[in-house]
Amino acid sequence: MSIILDKVNFSYSQETAYKIQALKDINLKIEDGEFIGIIGHTGSGKSTLIQHLNGLVKATSGGIYFNGQDIYDEDFNMKELRSKVGLVFQYPEHQLFETTIFDDVCFGPKNLGLDKKTVELRAYEALRSVGFPEALYFQSPFDLSGGQKRRVAIAGVLAMKPEVLILDEPTAGLDPAGRDEILDLISKMHKELAITVILVSHSMEDVAKYVDRIIVMNQGSVMYDGTPKEVFRQYKYLEEVGLAAPQVTYLMHELHEKGLPVNLDATTVEEAKESILCALRNNEAKRLQ
Amino acid sequence: MSIVKTKGLVHEFIRRDEEDNVESITTALDHVDLRVEQGEFIAILGHNGSGKSTLAKHINALLEATEGTIWVDGMDVSEEENVMPVRKVAGMVFQNPDNQIIASVVEEDVAFGPENVGVPTDEIWERVEKSLKAVDMTKYRNHSPNKLSGGQKQRVAIAGVMAMEPKCIVFDEPTAMLDPSGRKEVLAAAHELNRQKGVTVILITHYMEEVVDADYVYVMEDGKIIMDGKPREIFSKVDELKAHRLDVPQVTLLADELRKSGLPIPKGILTREELADAILKCASDFRR
Repeated sequence: MSIILDKVNFSYSQETAYKIQALKDINLKIEDGEFIGIIGHTGSGKSTLIQHLNGLVKATSGGIYFNGQDIYDEDFNMKELRSKVGLVFQYPEHQLFETTIFDDVCFGPKNLGLDKKTVELRAYEALRSVGFPEALYFQSPFDLSGGQKRRVAIAGVLAMKPEVLILDEPTAGLDPAGRDEILDLISKMHKELAITVILVSHSMEDVAKYVDRIIVMNQGSVMYDGTPKEVFRQYKYLEEVGLAAPQVTYLMHELHEKGLPVNLDATTVEEAKESILCALRNNEAKRLQ
Repeated sequence: MSIVKTKGLVHEFIRRDEEDNVESITTALDHVDLRVEQGEFIAILGHNGSGKSTLAKHINALLEATEGTIWVDGMDVSEEENVMPVRKVAGMVFQNPDNQIIASVVEEDVAFGPENVGVPTDEIWERVEKSLKAVDMTKYRNHSPNKLSGGQKQRVAIAGVMAMEPKCIVFDEPTAMLDPSGRKEVLAAAHELNRQKGVTVILITHYMEEVVDADYVYVMEDGKIIMDGKPREIFSKVDELKAHRLDVPQVTLLADELRKSGLPIPKGILTREELADAILKCASDFRR
């Protein structure tokens, strides 16, 4: 199970004077079960990239292969691709529209042409996996808090049983606890449902904490592609393109410069703590020798 | 005189059914007392639905209080004739820059506000000039706003507010939709206006890092102010903040974790430099 992008190019307003090349020569392979973060400044091509993955926009040139099949083939089932690659847009709660939460989650699977029973079963499962309180299932989605609404919107995509779940800034505008809840939920779904997750984010701290692989976009191209440690090691270059490393990464570099031999690859609070304690202990041991 | 002062401010959202019977009452502000002095940089924290934005809208006379009073620059906001003057004193910058920009050229967008209140043309241009300079966007004055980055758009929105020459600007989550460099730009612009022009800033945010340099912080929950103090005092209460669905800056959290592991690190660390110094001090103390 994989998605392969082969020399994908995309331009808006192709063949006009306003042509803007949004993606340039993208080559990527996304394997089954990966947890990927996509970062990049505003306008770097992140959203355009993810819209290619479920066929919402068509590449100007190049190919995209889903499980070995060319998605631009005439007989390729685009509808099936869209149910397998679920996309949660920014501020997904704006897309809620039904009278009850349950109906809203049913909408997706119902459109797949499934029978009523299966649809309802899927809606139950989806709402349960996002940890939504059962007592509220038949209330209006519009009375919920921001974080709750977002859960319902994610459940709506989950009810499609996607194999790949793409989320475009799922935590924008949420308070810190709401942010942690949504990210913990996504991480849990990644593990328990064994789905591939692609997370677009502006928060370097969140990306460092959760994902296994980071793709950095800059001006329509892939600038870096690697583990959080590999990517954040380039923090000076990240800054040049409007990004940053997590705060602790900077701290570790400062400590290192001032002579405390800490691990420069620490990107989370947990790792930084271990490394600092370890460095101080070694320091102490050396002194006693 | 305080620029913003509230006394027992209450705001209730009342929902009615078709027959006009009251269905439910949500108390968004519950007897809020607060005082902001001219020239201060204030931050308001609180989880989603805690009443921050409702409070902000009162400062701009967009909502009417159910109970209590709010004075802006000494004017009682509930008096009909004070509404327009209050809006001139207190400007607002919202979360989404795209919702606030209306003209097709940057300088025209900035000119929109003063033009609407009948400022003479020469003075409009003067104000546009000054405002764009204040947010460092002068070189984009003839650009189309939709070609700008998020941070640049938000700075244009701030310039538009500045052109009204307010004494106070309320920023309601101005960086929620921006990338890291955009966040930095907008925050720097807010601090610049505060320091250089003496504009009072009231910043509502979910990013704890942005609060570190504020003069004073209010924490809201269920429409009440539950904590207030200098950033250092507020952020030294890591566990209490977490209980209120909030957070502390990442370095403060790391400092707290290290202290819990037994390192002698002082409470209320806010910046990287402070933490680096504290850790290095531990290292040299060991050596001694």
